[in-house]
Amino acid sequence: MECKYQLKEGCMTITMPREVDHHCAEQLRKEADLLINAYRIHKLIFDFSGTEFMDSSGIGVLIGRCKSMGYQNGEVEAVNLNARVQKIFVVSGLHKLIKVAKIQTGI
Amino acid sequence: MNNEMCVEFDAKSVNEGFARVAVAAFLTQLNPTLDEVADVKTAVSEAVTNAIIHGYEKQEGKVILSCILKDNEVSIVVEDKGIGMADVRKAMEPFYTTKPEQERSGMGFAFMEAFMDEIFVESKPGCGTKVTMKKKIGQKEDMNQDGCGDSSY
Repeated sequence: MECKYQLKEGCMTITMPREVDHHCAEQLRKEADLLINAYRIHKLIFDFSGTEFMDSSGIGVLIGRCKSMGYQNGEVEAVNLNARVQKIFVVSGLHKLIKVAKIQTGI
Repeated sequence: MNNEMCVEFDAKSVNEGFARVAVAAFLTQLNPTLDEVADVKTAVSEAVTNAIIHGYEKQEGKVILSCILKDNEVSIVVEDKGIGMADVRKAMEPFYTTKPEQERSGMGFAFMEAFMDEIFVESKPGCGTKVTMKKKIGQKEDMNQDGCGDSSY
């Protein structure tokens, strides 16, 4: 699974996998929580620029990380959503929980 | 046009991607839009994930995936021989999940309802679960406005 974590001054950017489903969910949540706790992250950014597919398992991962960040009074943001991922956000109501920025166009 | 396919695979999470792609590939015969393909893939992913996580509770088992094309309608059947459910109606309530510790969002059935036109669920404790979903292809605009089509239990 191609998932990258970038840390800079308490801000962590997670480059989300191409397909965010149940198969990748467990690894993603374990790794993310480990880093959130170890490095006292205060801002978490999910970068969806490489994501083509997401289902409700992905929603679970995102809500879970919002909770992890909540314990540290952190901020959570999602960026570079394509139209499909955006639709998943809207159908699930996730866009009310997570700040969405930089929406991809022309896809 | 009538056409049918059926695949059986191990209840392993790695096969969720396979199931989505298999259905998407078969569906191309109906000339679906990219959005329709994505809707069907999401619904298949939800049903297959449910079979693996809930039906078999991550134990060994087989998932049977059938796909039937009839005229401009696709029917997808996802079947497991797992633990089954006593209360299907409860299981289909949005945000209801029996596995919150695994960060299940409880939105699987809600997604299937949102992205397909119809969904039927048959389940019997100890015997397994069968989810049947239907969607008309090439209908457009726009089944998703109200979040779902018809649904029955």
